[in-house]
Amino acid sequence: MDLKEWFASRRQKREAMQVKQPLTTEEYCALWTQCFQCRELLYTRDLRNNFHVCPKCQYHFRIGAEERIEQICDAGSFAELFSNLESADPLGFVDTDTYPNRMMEATRKSGLKEAVVTGTCLIEGTACALAVMDFGHFGGSMGSVVGEKTTRLIEKALELSLPLVIVSSSGGARMQEGIFSLMQMAKTSSALHSLHKAGLLYISVLTEPTFGGVTASFAMLGDFIIAEPGARIGFAGRRVIEQTIRQKLPNEFQTAEHLLKHGQVDMVVERSRLKEVLNRLMSFHARPPAGQPHNGPRGRQAAETVSRR
Amino acid sequence: MPAQLEKKIVPLEFEQPLMLLSQQIEALEKQLADNPNPDLEADISQLHEQYNHLRRSLYANLRPIDHLAIARHPQRPYTRDYFDRWDPQWIEVHGDRQGADDPAMVAALLTLDGIGVVAIGTQKGRTLRDKQQCNFGMPQPEGYRKALRLFHHAEKFGLPVVTLIDTPGAYPGMAAEEHNQAQAIAMNLRELSALSVPVVALVTGEGGSGGALAIGVTNRILMLEHSVYSVISPEGCASILWRSGEKVAEAAQAMKITARELFSLKVVDEVIDEPLGGAHHDADFAARVAGQAIAGHLRDLGKMSGDQLREDRQSKFRRMGSFIESGS
Ligand SMILES: [Zn+2]
Repeated sequence: MDLKEWFASRRQKREAMQVKQPLTTEEYCALWTQCFQCRELLYTRDLRNNFHVCPKCQYHFRIGAEERIEQICDAGSFAELFSNLESADPLGFVDTDTYPNRMMEATRKSGLKEAVVTGTCLIEGTACALAVMDFGHFGGSMGSVVGEKTTRLIEKALELSLPLVIVSSSGGARMQEGIFSLMQMAKTSSALHSLHKAGLLYISVLTEPTFGGVTASFAMLGDFIIAEPGARIGFAGRRVIEQTIRQKLPNEFQTAEHLLKHGQVDMVVERSRLKEVLNRLMSFHARPPAGQPHNGPRGRQAAETVSRR
Repeated sequence: MPAQLEKKIVPLEFEQPLMLLSQQIEALEKQLADNPNPDLEADISQLHEQYNHLRRSLYANLRPIDHLAIARHPQRPYTRDYFDRWDPQWIEVHGDRQGADDPAMVAALLTLDGIGVVAIGTQKGRTLRDKQQCNFGMPQPEGYRKALRLFHHAEKFGLPVVTLIDTPGAYPGMAAEEHNQAQAIAMNLRELSALSVPVVALVTGEGGSGGALAIGVTNRILMLEHSVYSVISPEGCASILWRSGEKVAEAAQAMKITARELFSLKVVDEVIDEPLGGAHHDADFAARVAGQAIAGHLRDLGKMSGDQLREDRQSKFRRMGSFIESGS
């Protein structure tokens, strides 16, 4: 065996080895995702291209703020605002770990500084103010920063006369901020009163899961409320209710479809249609400022305001 | 006569040493009555002194969980007890006008220290039957909608609003969810924040989460000395964060739920002293002091215009929160 042959055989051996080497769990999980609902094994790239919705059973996987923004905003139109706000530790809270440690852990997991991302964007050409919550960061819990960023965004919508869209996903209050967490419910709801009085449109989108203080404040105050299929939405958690009433709850209880039946949401919209529906609702309500002829949707004019900023 | 005074009052766990001492005094007093003896009399008077000393030091060093126990004391005055004492002629009004009347939320027209007010409060219920009817003070959406109806009534007639808060929280039931508990609370937060009349809240017992805040978005927030106010019950917090039902005291401590702590955090505007041991030791006195404090705030607020009152309330809640803002 000459040197050339030796190299060739070594390469062959190595390649054979590489092919045979099983995927690590991580690599495997990155490639394949099992549907939580129908248990089908889905190719992750296909799933991603399908809005993270199972093509077989339409199960809507939970998605993060970044991906949501990608899905509903016109490419490159999202301009983030108020990203300079970070949680403090006003109570010096310690349970089995300190609050600052838990925050670092949340950021490591989600890559986000807080559980809501806020900014302005275009949705099929219509300008709006957009807040997207991320359940992957601290369970989407509402502390001072979530409340403050949301409130500032409402004020920005008022200032620029923009419609407002908030995509919620939250387990409820940030207990580590105690009473301050609770007060964010009042702060955001009070700001929404001003938006309401100003005649600006607010569309609330409820996604898996939305509970507690977020539901009982801004999430339920939309002029229209849209829910994603299968999303679980409520005030009290299922377990708390079952313990209180001492009986099992039916499976469909607190799902988007159940809420629709009980008159609590306007529509259940599949993720692939969300962008279009948001645009249609906003376009329908666009009107010129008082005293001016109706010569184009307000959204367009506001779009110019945003792009000039 | 502490021994006799304490008789009717159900002691709390941390009050046990006080209870034992009081029983001792009682026994000795009985003995003294049967056979007079100057030595025994001296002993008894010394025990009385000890009792008073112990009582003062006990109540001066309460832990958050002790305040919680007093706030939940079964004999603590409830909303109706305050209304009765403020205005024996108070008029109760009922119903949300949409199909229900929730006994856990009491609505009243009453005169407080000469001021006509719309008063709203959560009611826990005293007897077992009352408690069940009131869901132990946990309102249904219908209760919040009744409150909202009365907020709008107050706005229409320019009447000040007083709210009394004593609730473990909004009721977590199946019908409550289906009737949209979350929306009922959210709507109250939004509408209450924008009233153009003076609004004052008094936390008399438990301020439990969103169910309390739904009648708590007010110009002034007052708390009775032993009342508590928190985002979740200490039991709930302990079970979620510590995953243990035994860490309730730790959770109560960590969340800063007491009136004095919340005053330090500038969330609460005034802490109202209670009779030694708690409002249940002297409900008349507690109601009088609380009523005067509320009336004082209503008179101050009465000097503001409608726009100023709304602005005052909205900016109060606009400031709530604690965060770090780096240069942008
Ligand atoms: Zn599936």
